[in-house]
Amino acid sequence: MLPLVLNAVCYAVNGRAIIERVSVEIGAGPRTIILGPNGAGKSVLMRMCHGLLQPSAGKITWHGGNGNRRGRQSMVFQRPVMLRRSALANVVYGLKLAGFAARECNLRARDVLEAVGLERQADRPARTLSGGEQQRLALARAWALGPEVLFLDEPTANLDPGSTRDVESIIAAIHATGTKIIMSTHNLGQARRLGDEILFLSQGKLVERAPVDAFFKKPATVEAAAFLKEELPWN
Amino acid sequence: MNDLTLAFGEAFALISGLDARLIEIVVLSLQVSVMAVAIAAIVGLPLGALFAVAHFRGRQAVIVLLNALMGLPPVVVGLSVYLLLSRAGPLGPLGILFTPTAMIIAQVILITPIIAALSRQSIEDAWHEYEEQLRSLGANRLRASVTLLWDTRFSLVTILLAGFGRAAAEVGAVMIVGGNIDGVTRVMTTAIALETSKGDLPLALGLGIILVGLVLTLNAAANLIKEAALRRYG
Amino acid sequence: MELGTLRKIVLRFLFLPIAISMAPAVSAQTFITVASTTSTEQSGLFRHILPRFKRKTGIEVRVVALGTGQALDMGRRGDADVVFVHAKSAEEKFVAEGHGVKRLPVMYNDFVLIGPKADPAKIAGSKDTLEALRRIRAAAAPFVSRGDRSGTHSAELALWKQAGIDPATNKGPWYRDTGQGMGPALNSASSMNAYILSDRGTWISFKNRGNLTILVAGDRRLFNQYGVILVNPAKHKHVKKEPGQAFIDWLVSPEGQKAIAEYSIGGERLFFPNAGQEGA
Repeated sequence: MLPLVLNAVCYAVNGRAIIERVSVEIGAGPRTIILGPNGAGKSVLMRMCHGLLQPSAGKITWHGGNGNRRGRQSMVFQRPVMLRRSALANVVYGLKLAGFAARECNLRARDVLEAVGLERQADRPARTLSGGEQQRLALARAWALGPEVLFLDEPTANLDPGSTRDVESIIAAIHATGTKIIMSTHNLGQARRLGDEILFLSQGKLVERAPVDAFFKKPATVEAAAFLKEELPWN
Repeated sequence: MNDLTLAFGEAFALISGLDARLIEIVVLSLQVSVMAVAIAAIVGLPLGALFAVAHFRGRQAVIVLLNALMGLPPVVVGLSVYLLLSRAGPLGPLGILFTPTAMIIAQVILITPIIAALSRQSIEDAWHEYEEQLRSLGANRLRASVTLLWDTRFSLVTILLAGFGRAAAEVGAVMIVGGNIDGVTRVMTTAIALETSKGDLPLALGLGIILVGLVLTLNAAANLIKEAALRRYG
Repeated sequence: MELGTLRKIVLRFLFLPIAISMAPAVSAQTFITVASTTSTEQSGLFRHILPRFKRKTGIEVRVVALGTGQALDMGRRGDADVVFVHAKSAEEKFVAEGHGVKRLPVMYNDFVLIGPKADPAKIAGSKDTLEALRRIRAAAAPFVSRGDRSGTHSAELALWKQAGIDPATNKGPWYRDTGQGMGPALNSASSMNAYILSDRGTWISFKNRGNLTILVAGDRRLFNQYGVILVNPAKHKHVKKEPGQAFIDWLVSPEGQKAIAEYSIGGERLFFPNAGQEGA
């Protein structure tokens, strides 16, 4: 599937440009962090890459430009949305949709729940779990599909530090099994901890791309420098 | 106030005496309305889910029409069904005029729009919450509507109860298409209408109290089940 | 809810109504549909005589009770097998137009002129209905009419005409055209303290009398003749002509006539059988 190529991609709503002419090629391997202040357009960009939104202009192509993108890339959102059924059933739901056989669904689901530390909550109603547990469940659901690429849209923005740590270690584990991580955040510390390279977005434009260490030590652009100094003006 | 006291007395006497005719009337009322709700649910819930999730030209117009149909006057429905089922009408040879089947048909026509319109609203609200996640997981609109129907099941129970209430309370349509035949198509509402027209107001009121009590009990029971399930499933 | 319980409930409520309405098609039990009037049904006559007919013949009689106009209409549409009403001229027209086979007289009951005990028009005890009506108009006393194309309404209009009064032009604050059945009209009259023409049967069962009482009765003009007609099977192929005819035959037979005569409320006879009477 990779590399993912964006070519002069734009997104506008009612004449207002939210993403302006973003061109980038994202390849396999390093954990890519999309960084930027609130309102920079990170969520919209990720949703276009995932396929939830269509760009108003420009093209998004996966390797070869062909087909079944679904089972190969998953997404975890800022707020997890769970169905009114058990934790296990939520994971099985995604697997069934992806076409796995019934028995395999069950096995894979239990395995992944164990991997995220929720094996004891397997039969509890998903909606009665805590915020942190639900987000871990969302990760499990996405991971169970064996995706080549995992998108994460500010996954710990609503979590307390303890849950944040749990989520981050799961992301690391997912990466270790070979999945490409593309994650957005506005948390500088998290970007440093989890990222290998930074895509810096400001006011809808891709302003800078650099390896993590280089970006934080010596940002190349004015906007990046200002953001790091937390002085970037709001839109 | 005296009539009201007499009414309660009549009601109590009828219930405690387990009057055979009363039981027959109550059972028939329940059979007709429950069957009508079942059919209306089978037709109306998928329709509601479809309109909640699908996008097509004229969708707004269809939704406005559906909402308006909730206010169909029962007596107009009764007259229309009568003309359809009358021997002089197109479906006359079926011979189902003045039977419980005709009453069920009329009630289905009345409550399907209610179930469709209200479930459409409920499921559309849920769709706003679930849409991104379901699409991300690869669900197409058809699959998503089925998933939403199950996930919103507790709100849908309330909607079905609303439909049942409308059906059980209705008198205009079932009177016309059923004929209020003693022992065959006499239900609670038509029995009340009959006793009122005979001037036997305490009896009519007594029957009315029983009807209201029945609907209340049903709603209370459904609510208990809903609460218990909500606590379990969240 | 357990799936098993849900299934049981669904089955029980799904099949019974289907079974009930399939009954006409598949059961060995025959039934006929008789269109009659609300006042006849409300008098309780059918509850008394129909079980006897069923015991004898096994035929179930389903009565749909409407106003006379509607009942004859049902016959014209073929929605009934037999028509049993009390409006002789309308019935004869029905047969003349070919909707019915033959009209047979069955019984009569009577109308009574009811009014407030205070009796502002001073008609109590009179045996002359026409004179009573003239006095009501002269006093401009409130009078409630059914106004619903029913047999009672036709009879009332005929009496006004005979008395030389046209209620339509006299519709003032005293003549109230309500468009209701007998029971509701009596309710209205009771609350308005008005005069009203009613059939004796409905009056006897009526429980909301207020200040009203019978003021004029027994005048031959107040007799209300019932006729029974088989809906024409030539026009409507599906009419159940054998059981329908069986019912008609029974009604005019000595056994049926006896059953009618034996029906009473509070010791008072309501209907007077007169099958076979000349000119009835």
